[in-house]
Amino acid sequence: MVLNYEVQDLQFKYRNKLVLNGVSLSIRPGEILGILGPNGCGKTTLLKNLNRNLVPFGGCVLLDGNDIAGMKKREIARTVAAVPQDNEIKFAFTVKDIVAMGRMPFQKEFAGTSREDEQIIDRALTETGLQDFGDRFISEMSGGERQRVIIARALAQTPKVLLMDEPTLHLDISAQFEVLDLVYRLSKEHGLTVVLVSHDLPMVVRYCDRIVMIHDHKILCNGTPEETLTPANLKQVFHVDGELGKDAKTGRNTVILHGSTQ
Amino acid sequence: MASMKAKKASKVMATVVVLLVLLVIVSLLDLAWAARMLSAREVIDVLLSRGTWANNLIVKDNAVRIVIGLFVGAGLAVAGAVMQAIFRNPMASPYILGLSSGASLGAAIGILFTIPFIPSIITTPLLAFVFCFGTMFLVYSLSRTGGVTHTETLLLTGIAISAMMSAVVSFLTFIAGDKLEGIVFWSMGSLSNATWEDLLFVAPAILAGIFIMMMFAKDLNAMMIGDSHAMDLGVDVNSVRLITLIAASLVTAAAVSFVGVIGFVGLIIPHIFRIILGPDNRLLLPVSALGGATFLIACDYLAHTVATAYGVLPIGVLTALVGAPYFIYLLKRRKSEIGWS
Repeated sequence: MVLNYEVQDLQFKYRNKLVLNGVSLSIRPGEILGILGPNGCGKTTLLKNLNRNLVPFGGCVLLDGNDIAGMKKREIARTVAAVPQDNEIKFAFTVKDIVAMGRMPFQKEFAGTSREDEQIIDRALTETGLQDFGDRFISEMSGGERQRVIIARALAQTPKVLLMDEPTLHLDISAQFEVLDLVYRLSKEHGLTVVLVSHDLPMVVRYCDRIVMIHDHKILCNGTPEETLTPANLKQVFHVDGELGKDAKTGRNTVILHGSTQ
Repeated sequence: MASMKAKKASKVMATVVVLLVLLVIVSLLDLAWAARMLSAREVIDVLLSRGTWANNLIVKDNAVRIVIGLFVGAGLAVAGAVMQAIFRNPMASPYILGLSSGASLGAAIGILFTIPFIPSIITTPLLAFVFCFGTMFLVYSLSRTGGVTHTETLLLTGIAISAMMSAVVSFLTFIAGDKLEGIVFWSMGSLSNATWEDLLFVAPAILAGIFIMMMFAKDLNAMMIGDSHAMDLGVDVNSVRLITLIAASLVTAAAVSFVGVIGFVGLIIPHIFRIILGPDNRLLLPVSALGGATFLIACDYLAHTVATAYGVLPIGVLTALVGAPYFIYLLKRRKSEIGWS
């Protein structure tokens, strides 16, 4: 999959407070990129700038050669899908209603779902194991199930990139594994590029190919888990005593934490 | 899957047919109202323009009331449905943003004072209209911080502004003297003072408002999931919210300016049909329009017939008396479907 996704010297201000101070980053096709940092470091702001949910104060985001500042939101949504942090849905939409919304960037306002749309929606439901849940009400589902529905909706956008904001927040531990395993499989099998933002070190690190750590509104380090998750960096960014370790059973990376350094 | 779809389609058909039948029945009943009840025969004769003595009464008085009632009922219901979608809040309605009280204040001023340069006949509706829009922009701009509008701030600002406006209306009512009746009657709503000339303004304003809101039905669906979800799906949330709010204000202003404050239509009608047909605005908005029109005409008929000893009751009394208990029933029994989980 061809993808050219660059962040160049991004600056973002919120009420005169600099939240992002010159962030540059290139997102590689097919990778799972973890953007890690403590609460309030600007990582969610960075994610929201990637699909222009927020508009930067300086710098730019280039998507396949175009500055997204000059693109329509609909155009961006055809390439970049997202799973927001908050997925509490009060209204009784069915799972299929929600997943069908993923086709919105491709449809005219009055148009219904075409036959091609239907196929894409059904495939998205199957990919996420929701094929038998189409008629269930989203308002009656658990947090982990809702997360899967939103991922299915994102897949219906047939995106190249999936942005995820704190994907493990509010989920039971088993649901955290289910959601991240699903995303991992989608990335490895279909070449989907995933950018996820989290402060949940031990969990998220298991799935990331590359790590960017945000500290003091800037990128502190950018590289493989081995290069970035050093005791010194963990101490500086998260104020914890810890190091990169391996889960002996699965062979995956994880962060082993011993305690706070404060 | 397919049978689900067929079931849904037949449910929609059944709802629309029932509503249409009800609408025809209540419209005929309301048309037939007179000092004594006319027979169905007489009404039909008039409608087919076979002149009878009842012609004047039906066409001049009753018909205009019903036609304006259709537009107002439909408009208020759609405006309510749209506001509930925009704010993801089941209690949102033209009321909660202060639109109705803004319009009330304008009308009260129009009733009490003579404004220079404005023909007195249009003073009240014009001021109601101006105040309704003014309130909308005031609430909207007050709740905007750093280019972002948060729903919670918007609702709270609406409630605060609404309270302020209502207080001024109460004060004006208090000092109204011999014009008290005008203000009081107007603040309880009535279709009876409407004229065919009013309709020239009301009908296009409400039709345009409804049309604009329906154009954004799909975007509104996404916004019901959440603003960030809608943005991720490519919806320009800020402009959709602003445009649909202006359309809702247009509808509310047009309705309130000519028939006074009629509550509960915008709140209750969308909830009923959301329970029956689900939250999809592409379906909900048109069906709510039909339902709102039917409900308002039914209430108008009741207003004319339930307490004949006291004459014609204000329609706002009826919509609240019928609407509130039903709404409480829904709250108790169908919490999850309404959206209070």
